[in-house]
Amino acid sequence: MIEMDWIWGLVGGLMIGTAAAIFLLGNGKIMGASGIIGGLVDRSGLSNWQERAAFLAALVVVPALMLPIYNVEVKTNITDNMALIVAAGLLVGIGTRLANGCTSGHGVCGISRFSLRGMVSTVFYLLAGGIAMVLFRHVLGVI
Amino acid sequence: MLRTILAAVSGGLFGAGLLVSGMTDTTKVQGWLDVFGAWDPTLAFVLGGAILPMALAWNMTTRRAHAVVGTPFPARPDPKLGHNLVIGSVLFGAGWGLVGLCPGPAIASLSWGGTGGIVFILAMVAGMLVANPIRARIDQVAAI
Repeated sequence: MIEMDWIWGLVGGLMIGTAAAIFLLGNGKIMGASGIIGGLVDRSGLSNWQERAAFLAALVVVPALMLPIYNVEVKTNITDNMALIVAAGLLVGIGTRLANGCTSGHGVCGISRFSLRGMVSTVFYLLAGGIAMVLFRHVLGVI
Repeated sequence: MLRTILAAVSGGLFGAGLLVSGMTDTTKVQGWLDVFGAWDPTLAFVLGGAILPMALAWNMTTRRAHAVVGTPFPARPDPKLGHNLVIGSVLFGAGWGLVGLCPGPAIASLSWGGTGGIVFILAMVAGMLVANPIRARIDQVAAI
């Protein structure tokens, strides 16, 4: 099964990129998950709240409807260490708003237009993620 | 109305792609980041696969005056990088590595992510709420 994972990665990636293309060509917007959520959270994006709400509702509902297709139980395999989850959630929330983007906005939408900001952001979040793995998995052994 | 429908189509396809690609599985994301462990290259294929259609879409925007619903295409952002881009990206990356979730997959897996998934989303929203005052404070310090 592991050997097939990269094919599913590529297929899923093409779907993600097509979704971003629809948002750009259809609505003239950058499909950045943290921006779409953040604009509702801090009320800076209420002028197009319908668009944001529709995007997020479908983001929850469509994969939920797809679950029965899988003959294995789909899991996120998230840690059960709640302190770690809270810390990580806070870091992701603060970080994506300071940087104005996450994996979808800076990664997918930024790199594809050769945006320097998107590429620099991607280098830094990948490096920080890699260092977090080294530190917390291999040195401290908590994840 | 068309704008709302297109947003739902995009969000739904995004969620489906995240599930199909395996990116809602935190072990695959952490496996990619863990270059000194059992390294999992899947994320590179996801990112590469996503960049292809999006690069075509950016190219198409150069031949069109505006988006389908009439809104202008997003302008190129100010190329100035700034300290907040770097600080924010580092904080985000650290949180991403700690549990293997970023905003898109966290929302997409809401229906099966259990308590941990919900707690992550609540903490992320709280982080987003305090980000503006933190940004103001960082700018203040950076201006000295």
